[in-house]
Amino acid sequence: MPFDVYLNVAVSGILTGLVYGLMALGLSVIFGVIRVVNFAHGEMMSIAMFLAVVLFSAFHLDPLIMMVPIAAVLFAFGYALQSGLINPFITRPEHSQFLLLVAVAIIIVNVLLIVFGPDARTVQTAYAFDSFQLGPLIVDASKVYAGAAAIAVAVLLFALFRFTLVGKAIRACADNHTGALVVGLNVNRLYALTFGIGAACVGAAGVMMTLIVDVTPMIGPTYTLLAFVIVITGGLGSMAGALLGGILIGLTEALAGVLFTPSAKSMFAFGILVLVLLFRPQGLLGKRTA
Amino acid sequence: MGAIAARVTDGLPRRTVIALVLLLAVLVAAPFFVNDYLITVLVLILYLAFTGQAWNIMMGFAGQLSLGNALYAGLGAYISAALFTRYGVDPWLGFLVAAPVAAAAGAIIGFLAFRFGVTGVYFAILTIAFAEFARIGFDHLAIVNAAAGLFLPVAQYSHNDLWRLRGDPTMFYYVMLAATLVALVLCRLLLKSRIGYFWLAIREDEQAARATGIPTFRYKMLAIVISAVVTSFAGVFYAFFYNNLFPEQVFNISQSIQMILGPIIGGVGTLFGPILGAFVLTGLAESLNNALTAFGVDMPGAEQVFYGVCLLLVVAALPEGIWPWLARRCGIAEEAP
Repeated sequence: MPFDVYLNVAVSGILTGLVYGLMALGLSVIFGVIRVVNFAHGEMMSIAMFLAVVLFSAFHLDPLIMMVPIAAVLFAFGYALQSGLINPFITRPEHSQFLLLVAVAIIIVNVLLIVFGPDARTVQTAYAFDSFQLGPLIVDASKVYAGAAAIAVAVLLFALFRFTLVGKAIRACADNHTGALVVGLNVNRLYALTFGIGAACVGAAGVMMTLIVDVTPMIGPTYTLLAFVIVITGGLGSMAGALLGGILIGLTEALAGVLFTPSAKSMFAFGILVLVLLFRPQGLLGKRTA
Repeated sequence: MGAIAARVTDGLPRRTVIALVLLLAVLVAAPFFVNDYLITVLVLILYLAFTGQAWNIMMGFAGQLSLGNALYAGLGAYISAALFTRYGVDPWLGFLVAAPVAAAAGAIIGFLAFRFGVTGVYFAILTIAFAEFARIGFDHLAIVNAAAGLFLPVAQYSHNDLWRLRGDPTMFYYVMLAATLVALVLCRLLLKSRIGYFWLAIREDEQAARATGIPTFRYKMLAIVISAVVTSFAGVFYAFFYNNLFPEQVFNISQSIQMILGPIIGGVGTLFGPILGAFVLTGLAESLNNALTAFGVDMPGAEQVFYGVCLLLVVAALPEGIWPWLARRCGIAEEAP
């Protein structure tokens, strides 16, 4: 195959990878602050995807416009989940929290299955077949919009944590739980906020994913796993690492899809995970802890 | 035999032993009193009790959360089934091939994880990743018919052939009952041995265990290998009982989750928890299914929602599981391990 085919595939993989990165960013934020592993992450994303699909097919609302309201819905969902269900589990052993979220994930998948049935659904936007041409590059418009939106949300998130008082308070909770309590922060509320922010991230990512892939109730676990692979590859607790990991995995999957067969692409993502665990267990941008 | 029986029952209260013998007698007699449908349900229950027992070695004893045990069952199923259909190798010999492969798979995962400090939920994710890797790999493996599935020849058999595992559900029931009993005894013996005490020490506090001179890496490896081998036998059984294998089903993460629900609901780290959990969970789920069918409701996913809600309730309300709570009330508690 000629070189520019690979180039095209690589660019499209990187754009998809940006959306993956945003999804993983949500997971990373939740873990980095609350130290709870959100095993229902991909399932939460599939809720957002179904919302986008339903809003589109019922009211012809463009997913790119609906991104903000759907992210807000997911924020509320995440906030409620953390304050209602997960908070009492903060002090429980790791596996106990994990199983709680496995249960939440199973319930989400199957409720979606009962409500929407097993068939794949798509969003057919007016620009679904548009593309931009740049020299030898031909890029899908949908993917460009999705990638750009992912970058925008990620920048907003960085700004939130860096420049606002709430962001500072959340980082304080992450650094030192007891210390945060001592200076009078309402840690439970900040945890709920954080889970909401992580859920909003994955919600926004989910809406963008509907521009790229079909949605079925069963895709949740696949994306949960993918988010974990990305976060571990990029480095736990590193926000930039999550984005970098996303791009790397997106690129790998895209190239593997062309060089081998598309259905085997996630094998290569797992291959990268194993390599990272072997040679750089702390992840690409993670800091080594003793 | 007598020596083993003495070791197994050593330290157990008399009424516990009597209760166990009675339960066993009921299970042995069951096929004479129930219909084929219930036998199939009982086979499923015992299958889950057996795989749950194997998982419990990892999580309950050594404290390593594995969520990819479908990998070992899948390897057992596929290897024995492929050997049987292609070369006519009998399942018991097939197990002798499958067991080392499953052990090797477990050892590779263990090596990667335990060498590099991948613990807790990250270990769980690594185990899922390997199971998924196998699922996609087998989906593309032409020698086992890839995604199209591998089928074992089904025919009417004039008699039960135990050696080739061809026969009616009652034969499979007794095979699984024997296997579950063996697994229970094995776990009890392991738990009462030096190995078991080392595992419990690792589970409670790995750093302290290492400080007292326990070679934690070696004992964690031992746990994952034993768990993998035991689970691979379940896979052999699965292949010959259901006669069809699809990577999408056999290696699916929902298989792994089904295997762990029994012990979690019954009681992680207890010997009888996996068995009780499998009975409670499958019993309730089958009743629910029958009730839905009776009311003419066809709702795929309802059973899984039920599993999810059960898991949620048990994790929230009875974090130790049902068995420790029940055993205390009946005064037949296992002595605290």
